[in-house]
This record gives sequence, C-alpha cells and structure tokens, in this order.
Amino acid sequence: MKNEDLQNIINGFAENIEFSEEGSEFLNVIVPKEELHNVCSQLKSKSDLDFDYAFCITGMDWGKELGVIYHLESTELKHKIVVKVMTDDRENPTLDSVCDIWRTAELHEMEIFDFFGIRFNNHPNLKRLFLTPDWDGWPLRKDYVDEDNMIVK
Amino acid sequence: MMNLPLNITKTVHDWIFSIMPDTAATITIWVIVAAAYLALFAVAGLYLVLLERKVAAWFQLRLGPNRVGPFGMFQTMADALKLVSKELTSNDRIDKFLYNLAPYFVIVASLIAIGVFPFSQQFQAFDINIGLFFLFSVSSIGVIGILLGGWASNNKYSLIGAMRSGLQTISYELSVGLSILTMVLLTGTLQLSEIIEIQRTGGWLILQGHIPAVIAFMIFMIAGTAETNRAPFDLVEAESELGAGFHTEYSGMKFAYFFLAEFINMFIIASIAVVLFFGGWLSPFGITEGITWFPEFLWFLIKVLVVIMTMMWFRWTFPRLRVDQLLTLEWKYLLPINLVNLVIMAIVIWLNWTI
Amino acid sequence: MIDQEVKTNMKTEEYFVNMGPQHPAAHGVLRLILTIDGEIIKNVEPDLGYIHRSIEKMCERDSYQQVVHLTDRMDYLSSHINNEAVCLAVEKGLELEVSDRVKVIRTIISELTRLASHQLWWGVMGMDLGALTTYFYAFRDRELINDIFEETCGARLTMNYNVPGGLMFDIHPNFVQRTKDFIAHFKTKLPEYDRLLTGNIIFEKRTKGVGILTKEDAVAFGATGPVGRGSGFACDVRKTDPYSAYDRVDFKEVLYTEGDSYARYKVRIAEMWESMSIIEQLIDNIPEGNIKEPTKAVIKLPKGEFYQRVETARGELGVYINSTGTKNPYRVKFRSPGFSNLSVLNHITKGSKIGDLVATMASFDFVIPDIDR
Repeated sequence: MKNEDLQNIINGFAENIEFSEEGSEFLNVIVPKEELHNVCSQLKSKSDLDFDYAFCITGMDWGKELGVIYHLESTELKHKIVVKVMTDDRENPTLDSVCDIWRTAELHEMEIFDFFGIRFNNHPNLKRLFLTPDWDGWPLRKDYVDEDNMIVK
Repeated sequence: MMNLPLNITKTVHDWIFSIMPDTAATITIWVIVAAAYLALFAVAGLYLVLLERKVAAWFQLRLGPNRVGPFGMFQTMADALKLVSKELTSNDRIDKFLYNLAPYFVIVASLIAIGVFPFSQQFQAFDINIGLFFLFSVSSIGVIGILLGGWASNNKYSLIGAMRSGLQTISYELSVGLSILTMVLLTGTLQLSEIIEIQRTGGWLILQGHIPAVIAFMIFMIAGTAETNRAPFDLVEAESELGAGFHTEYSGMKFAYFFLAEFINMFIIASIAVVLFFGGWLSPFGITEGITWFPEFLWFLIKVLVVIMTMMWFRWTFPRLRVDQLLTLEWKYLLPINLVNLVIMAIVIWLNWTI
Repeated sequence: MIDQEVKTNMKTEEYFVNMGPQHPAAHGVLRLILTIDGEIIKNVEPDLGYIHRSIEKMCERDSYQQVVHLTDRMDYLSSHINNEAVCLAVEKGLELEVSDRVKVIRTIISELTRLASHQLWWGVMGMDLGALTTYFYAFRDRELINDIFEETCGARLTMNYNVPGGLMFDIHPNFVQRTKDFIAHFKTKLPEYDRLLTGNIIFEKRTKGVGILTKEDAVAFGATGPVGRGSGFACDVRKTDPYSAYDRVDFKEVLYTEGDSYARYKVRIAEMWESMSIIEQLIDNIPEGNIKEPTKAVIKLPKGEFYQRVETARGELGVYINSTGTKNPYRVKFRSPGFSNLSVLNHITKGSKIGDLVATMASFDFVIPDIDR
C-alpha cells in the first residue's frame, strides 16, 4: 500500500499525529505518547494495515527528548512503516508498553529501560537486562558520563 | 576330559600341597587366587579405559593417547598414579560412614561376579551349580553403592542423579534377567561350565536357539548397555545435563573406584554374553581343539573384546535418550517382547525345533 | 485411583536451578535460571550481559569504517554478513552503487560463511544430544572453508573484508578453484551427515514434537531465520528484500510447518544445499569491475536514517543508522536475530522436561555475543 494511502488511514486514528518522509526510506508516523497504545493496536488489528511484525524497536535520545522508534512490517501485505514516540521528561520518562500487541517488545523494552531509563506502563517484568542491578545511570543517553569505563576521543 | 598338558592349576595346586601342611596350603591357594583376581580387575580396568580412549579417538578422526609408552600403553597407569596422589576433598556435611562405604559396594559386587566366570577349562575360581543365578544376584548389589553415594553426598543434584541412575539399573535388570532365563531354558542348567560343555557338542547357543536366541541376544545387548549406565543411556552422567550424577562429590581414589567399576561391569556384561551366546572359551568350529597347548582363555578374551568394542561403538555413534524415553523403552517395549520371546523359546524346545 | 490421590495430596516444591554461564553445553556465556518442579520446567529466565561490550555506544564515537570492524565480533560465525550489513547501510546513505564484481564476491563469501556456521551448528547439535563424534566431522570440513578465507581475506573468523564502497582487496587467484573443489568435496559429505543424524531414531525421538513454535508466535516474537522458517514464517530477507547479488540467483526458501526442533534441523540442512547451489551459480562467472568505488577518507553520511536488513545464519540482522551529517553516526542500533529468538525460549519450553530444553536450545543455535552485543 502506498504511503499516501497509509497516511490517510492512520490520520483517522487520533489527533496530533505528524507524518514525515524526509531523511528516511519509510513513512514516519510521530505519535503523541498518550495515543501510542491506541494507534499501535489499530495498526495491528485493522485488516488493510495488518502490521503484525515489529522488526526493530529502538530507543533513542534526540538531545532534548527521549523516545522509542518502532519499525513495523506486515507479513501479508508487505508494507513497512516507522512509528516514533517521544517524551521530554528526562527525570522520569514513562511510556506505554506495547508488549500485549507485539510480544517481541517484552525483551526489547527491558533493553530500552536498561540503557535509557524509560519506564513502560503495564510491562510484566521491567528490570535491568544487560547491566548489573546496582548500576547507576543510563548509559546510552547522550549526557552519560563515566570516567572509568568510557574512552572519549 | 581331554588330556591337557598345559594344566597350570593342577600343577600349582599339587606343588603347594606338597610343600606345606594342608590348612596352610589351602589358605595359600585362596590368597593366590584372590591376588590373581585383584590383578585381573586392576589390569582389565586400566586397559579397558585405554581401549575406550583409543577407540573413541579412531572414530573421531584423531589418534588418542600415544605419548606415554608405545601406543600409549602406560597412559592409564599414569592416570592412576595421579588419582592416587590426589587430595581427597569432601564436604563437611556428608554422612562420613556411608560416603566412604559406597564405592566399596560397587567394587565388591563386581569382584565377586568376576569370580564365577570360566576363562578356560581350568581357570574358573568358583564353579557352583547355581552359577548364573549367583552371578546375577551378586551383580545387583552394586545398585546399593550408587544410591548410597548419591545420598551420602548431601547434594541435591547428586541425589537426583543417583535416583535416576538407580532407577535405570533396576529397570533394566529385569530385561537382562529374562533374556538370561530364555537361554537357560535351552541349556537346562545354571552351572557355567556345563553351559559351555553343551555348546562344545551342540554348537554355539545362539545358533542352537536360532530365532528366539537372536532376539534374546539383541535384548540382552540393549539392556546390558543400559544397566551399566553407558551411552546411549547415560543421561545421568552426561555433561550437558545438570550436575554430574551421583559421583559429583567424589574425587581421587574413590572416584576412580566408581569409574573402574563401570568398566568392569561392562566386562561382566560382555562375558555373560560370550558364555551364554557365543560358546565361552570354545574355538569357533573347533579349529584349535586338537592343539593341546593352545591357551583357550585367548578365545574367551578375543570374543569379549569384540563385544566390548561393539558397546563402545554404540557410545560414540548414537545420541542420548531422555530419561522418560529410556524407561518407556524398558517397560513398554523390551519387557513384553522379552516375555513373548520366552514363550516362543519354550515352544521351540517343546516341539524340538532347535538345531 | 491411587494415582489421583498421590497427585493431589503430594506436596512438591519448585526449586531454582542455574544453567550457569560456564556450561559444558556451552553456547557461549548464557545464564538461564530455571524454575523446576521435579522434571518439568515452569519458567526459564535468561540472565544476559556477560559479554556485553556496549558496541552501540562505541559506534557513536567511531568513524564509519571503524563501525564495520566492530560488527565482526557480534555474531562471529557470520562475521562477513554482519560487515556487509553496515557497508550496505552506509552505501545506501551515500547513494553509492558498487560494481557487479563486488556484489557477486560478497554473495559468494556470505554463502560460504553461512555454510561454515551451519556446519558448526550441526556438530554442536549432535554433541549436545550425546552423539559426540559429530563435532569432529563438522570441524574437519569447516577447516577447508577457513583455509579459503585465510587465503583471500587474511583471517579465518573475523574477516573484515568489506569496506563501505567495496572490498578491501581483490580475491586471491586460487579462490575460484579452491571454492569449486570444496563444493565438490562437501557434496559427498553432506549426505553422510544426513545418514548419521537425520534418520537416526533416537535423534528423531529427541527432537520431533519438542519445542513447538506456532507461526503466529513466531511472527509475534519476531523469531526469524531457520527458527521462523521451521514454523512456516516466510522471513528470508534474501527473498523479501534482496540485496547484493541475490536477485540474480535462483534458490528456494525452505519452509516447514511443524515448528518443532526436527523441522528447524531440517531447514538448516536444506539451507546448506541451497547455499551450495547459489555458490555454484555464481562462482564461474564473476564479472570484471572495480574492487572499490572511490569514497572520501572521512565518510560523512547526510542527515537522515538508514536501515538495512540482511540474512545471517541465525536470522534477520537489521542495522539502523541515524546520522546528523557529522563523521560519527548519531545512533546505531543492531537488531540482532538471537535476541528475538531468545525471547521465544520461555514461551515454548514451559511444561517440558530438562532434556527437551537442551534439544530446543541446540536447534535454536544461539551465539551469545550476538544477543549481548
């Protein structure tokens, strides 16, 4: 399905959804964080969209905002889309979890919590995955400082 | 009885009785026989371990131990020296008496079992008329050693391993016993030297009994391999499973006892197979009957070695069975087949269809 | 009757067992915390991070050529394919078209890498299930591939042969002949492997019906590669998004629907045959061309996001590069196949026995540095 048609359908899911295609080969859908769960479950359940395969879930620090990027694909209809959600609360960032929609998100969201500190609501088992439980700080954030372990050029 | 000029036992026996009073002579004979069997146990154990390592290596496209002595012949002695000089580590929460007692059960059971085997016409220490029955019942004592070892180690994984191992041994003893029983139907006697006499005149028992004997042999091989906890039935001590089985907490010489006992058990199973199915120390087609100086125990050893190498071949070829598949095999497949085979053998004998 | 009483009145306890990071069934340093009731597994929780080297953070301070070097050590058994993924992503950003010669050589070496990885998997799977001899047979044949790589690329495992823009240097003159000899030799050996394990009834009983993964679960968990294809999920990136020279070769995508360990095993064996067929189609006509397109010494990607997927021996590897126009990437994310495959493990081993867990893990073919990055 072409990007314009996708854009038309998704525009109807909620308000304040932005679309962008610059700098990327896929259609980017930027969703406000309150609408994330609603939009995602409609992306999966609507039969002409049918995005059932989340092939990449990435945490991201844009400098001011933190957020998550979801790359989605439909195995039947073969179209791909990118959903971005961000929050500018750096002290206690919270987003909705999508692991009831795509079960692959369980481990991916644990990884994002481990590296960025973003908490996910309704996640069954949110805790640090790679780092030790008593680690201080969120390493993949841009303002992370660690004199012992990081070599800065 | 043929004239056997190479009559070692009679010569030695007469000589000792001639130089000492009767009671001292009897005791000396006992000591010599016991020493001979202990030596046999030790040497057989050591060289079977070396054979296993060499056979494994040849199957795996490599050479095996070949540094210590020609063809690596002194390798196991070097290993034994190392084990003897090792520190005996153990927990302080073990049950000391049972922990030290456990290895001796397996060794004593194996040693008594070797005592009844007819290595040749004269080399048989203990020839009683219930030979097979005695052999079978004594080798069952070894199970106690395994269970004691697992319990006394005070380690839950050893206990689980010991339970599984003991369960496996007890289940497969049934099949071993029933296959032996099938052949006893054919021979009519439990005495081991008589069984070999029957085979001298009538041909090897596996040929005399044709179909039911061949089935009994196959079941015996499977059940025998399973009873000694060898692959493909060695899930209990497999490295990729949890824990190392019941001998996790043993080290040094005590571990060596368990380890040697496994190889001697393999030797015992192979010897039973050779005596019951393949004619013991008799030569095939009687080709060396006329040569009076030929040592018959060589035939016995060659046949036992062939059976042992087959068991080793199994180990390095097949994957392992899971524990529940193992028990299903025994209780649902081998046992019914065995019972039916017993009835078939009885019918074959009754209708005189043996060869 | 007695059974019923025993089942309801006997109190059993669950206990925790550690399949620790050091393990003879070593697939790498993976720690699994199992909750077991008797012999039945109730829960499997992986504890990761023992070989976490923060590759994604290091990529943010390195140049693009250095990022390629870091990817060798993620899934080290498919190192060439990992390098290729990053190089393709960078070339996508620079809008650089590499010559046909480079594409064909990259494809041939990728398929040889896939063969080597599957050979090691086969040896280890037999060894985990108890057939200890398979390990030696697999390595004997893998050494031949390693020798080919050593002659051409200079290294046996972490090859570093790709650079953004092409290859580091041309192939060795012996490469074509040695590869053809190897294919001829391996074609006689692979049926031997088949006879040793595939038809063996003990092996079949250990793997058939064990660790069943349905197609919906495979899609939901993102389990790709032979794991997904064993359940009927047609996820081969070489077919859905062809890259390098895959659009000009003819090969089958192998799918089975049972979803058990035996199906995953058969998928990999069939993939080995397909790899050999791909190499045979390409090895004789490697076109002439540039080995490396000219790029600047300091590569700067334009502002934007670039995503490239490749099919490693384990599944779909995705590389996401977000660039702000400087000489270092702003964010690099590796979507590793093992990570998503591992998330399935808890779901499919609930209620099975410990021996089944070993067989399932062997059929999944984890490489832990790929999961931990």
